[in-house]
Amino acid sequence: MILAQIASQAEQTSPSALMATAMIAAVVLSSTTGEVLTAAAMKSIGDLDDIRAHSGLKGAIRAVVTCPLFFAGVTFLALAFFALLFALNHLNLSLVAPASASLTLVTNAIAGKIFLKENVDRRRWTAAALVCIGVYLLAH
Amino acid sequence: MKPLPPITLSHPLDLISAVFTPWIAAGIALLIGFFASYLTALSWADLTFVLPATAFGNVIVALLSRFWLHESISPTRWAGIALITIGVGFVAQGPSRTETAIEKSLNSHAHPTEASEVHTR
Repeated sequence: MILAQIASQAEQTSPSALMATAMIAAVVLSSTTGEVLTAAAMKSIGDLDDIRAHSGLKGAIRAVVTCPLFFAGVTFLALAFFALLFALNHLNLSLVAPASASLTLVTNAIAGKIFLKENVDRRRWTAAALVCIGVYLLAH
Repeated sequence: MKPLPPITLSHPLDLISAVFTPWIAAGIALLIGFFASYLTALSWADLTFVLPATAFGNVIVALLSRFWLHESISPTRWAGIALITIGVGFVAQGPSRTETAIEKSLNSHAHPTEASEVHTR
């Protein structure tokens, strides 16, 4: 509801293609940074199921909230959310939602390979590409 | 559900009372559940495995709006649903996490036949 309300103001002004690209890029970059940092934090903490079996739910929560990397990740995810609201304030929902959702999948596959050293094989590239097109079609 | 009155910047406290509306409270509780599950998944699986897999949520939303809210789904959206489903099937076929060099050598020495199954769960 909030998103739709913000998006409804978009028609008043139409920013240039360059500005639109910059706004969507800001969403995609901050969201990718947030996802990668969060994933790195969770990987450094270790298997949460094991921690919970060993020291209970409280221990698992403590392991997460005492990890600085986790807060860095959440900060960037929050930043991505506000960048999304800002973009929706200037652009149409039908452009921002599919573009940011689908581009994030591809940038995350690239960032996961480079920064998290994940084994992004042909199967994962195919999956990322298929889901990317699918999300675009669904959200458009 | 009774729609909330519009919330304006001059009455920001309305937001706090909105949080205690049953539907919004339930939504927040479910979002917390989502984030906890998401973090747990990231603790034992790769980001490039979790992200495409969680994109299946889009398909569930579309199907719920079709069969619960009786919205219509255009052929383009059905195509999107099909592509996401195939993509998730692709990624789910593979291992959920990248083995480190140490794990790899440990697995090949200790259980040469089970090595490929150790990290699929």
